[in-house]
Amino acid sequence: MAHAEMIVLNNVSKYYQQGSSSFCALDAINLSVEPGSITGIIGHSGAGKSTLLRCINCLERPSTGQIFVAGEDMLALSKADLRKMRQQIGMIFQQFHLLSSRDVYQNIAFSLEIIGKDKKTIQATIEPLLELTGLTDKRHAHVDQLSGGQRQRVAIARALATHPSILLCDEATSALDPQTTQSILHLLKEINQRLNITIVLITHDMQVIKQVAQQVIVMDKGRIVESGQAIAVFGHATAPATQALIHETFHDTMPDYLQLRLSPTLQPDKQHVLLHCIFVGESAEKPLIAQISAQYGVSTNILEAHLETIQATRLGFMVLELQTANAALIQQILQFLQLHQVKVEVLGYV
Amino acid sequence: MSEWMMMSLGHATLETLWMVCAAGFFALLFGLPLAIILYATKHPRLWARPILHHILEVIVNTLRSFPFFILMIALMPMTRLLVGTSIGTTAAIVPLSIAAIPFVARLMETHFNELADGLLEAAQAMGATPWQIITKVVLAESCAGIIQAQIVTLITLVSYSAMAGAVGGGGLGSMAFNEGYQRYNLPVLIVTVILLITLVQIIQMLGNYCAQRFSKTAKA
Repeated sequence: MAHAEMIVLNNVSKYYQQGSSSFCALDAINLSVEPGSITGIIGHSGAGKSTLLRCINCLERPSTGQIFVAGEDMLALSKADLRKMRQQIGMIFQQFHLLSSRDVYQNIAFSLEIIGKDKKTIQATIEPLLELTGLTDKRHAHVDQLSGGQRQRVAIARALATHPSILLCDEATSALDPQTTQSILHLLKEINQRLNITIVLITHDMQVIKQVAQQVIVMDKGRIVESGQAIAVFGHATAPATQALIHETFHDTMPDYLQLRLSPTLQPDKQHVLLHCIFVGESAEKPLIAQISAQYGVSTNILEAHLETIQATRLGFMVLELQTANAALIQQILQFLQLHQVKVEVLGYV
Repeated sequence: MSEWMMMSLGHATLETLWMVCAAGFFALLFGLPLAIILYATKHPRLWARPILHHILEVIVNTLRSFPFFILMIALMPMTRLLVGTSIGTTAAIVPLSIAAIPFVARLMETHFNELADGLLEAAQAMGATPWQIITKVVLAESCAGIIQAQIVTLITLVSYSAMAGAVGGGGLGSMAFNEGYQRYNLPVLIVTVILLITLVQIIQMLGNYCAQRFSKTAKA
């Protein structure tokens, strides 16, 4: 099997029996994750991403298919070996799942107690983790006294204590406010870079993906509908599920008053055309709109625009109004934009 | 009230305490493991054994549906086998324990069921064995609940022991029934009832104190 990959899923499917019918949570999933990478799995709730994540450490056993982690065939392992393997795979959760019967230090020690480490080793392991997660002065605080962000830091420290090579994040920032989300995402990035830990995270929040994920997997109804480099997936989305996520995140939709007047075909009473443009990388940095006005003598009006930076690459979304209804001219402008790697779509006429 | 009556009341109180404490001890000794087994045999993350779980369910439900009075009579042969007699304070401990074990087990199991599944999942994801999950997660996190269940059981045992007393078990129940009710000794009846009320109050207060102290140390 491909040892170079950290995680490989071969044709993994999962069915749940619901009375007489069966529900397909995962449908023939194939994916591979490189060591040291950050992979984001995104999808709406019910898309199967949570099940997929739990297949990696076999908290969910797939109905069919194969799972390899660090070259180990996970489904062939004995119960004891599977538990050993799980110690190599840290996991954090949306609701943190810390033990309220323990303080911060004891919660982090939990994962080490399980593998039978002595008190001295535990202390030697935890000290640097408290520092890494910024919890040094909170070591004896009780879980109740911590904020959400601090709780997630404890959970991260607990997951890292056994020196795992993989960290699975199950909606790890979904219960946190935007600012805390930022700090947790920074911490995850730092962990990835400093400790070279492979991170797989699932989220329904495009912002999370945008900030940390190098590789993106979009899931819909138990299938992977799109995957690849983050910028490629966002810039050239073809799957409806991806497009829906992009629209929700970047709000690149038309104002309502235009939506009402919009007609999909050119009518005698319509004078302007509306275009939806996606600019990726270089094309986002060129003054293309100004060139349209100068070169074709058509006035343009920007109705909506968003510029995003994803993993240091620019990504722009725009709803553009061209004040012309001349079909030939519109065609020329579309070709001009496409020539400059702008993904363009005619929304309709107003 | 004569001095002899006072002594009898004191003696009866001690007998009641003996029955409640001994039965409470056996309830905890066998009830807690039974609660763990009931929970673990049902839980897919622990030791799911549906058939065993179902059998235990039937046994627990059966024992719990017996009226205590009937259970006491039905258990007489067993009591005689265990303690040599079916009459008296010590003999009453047998049916009291048998009634309390499934009772406390069910209460504790209910507390276990209230734990967030995520706690168990997190431990499982860390590679914990089912036994580690039970001791370090389930029991550690349900400590306050276990104390509460034990308190409720002790209080139930006070009222059961009074019932046992009425048919030769001794204790405050026997005092209230034989002296107070059958001999029309109203003061004795009232005093025994007051003593029972006080006993229940003390158990509840001690229990609350323990539960509170426990959760305080956890939070400190």
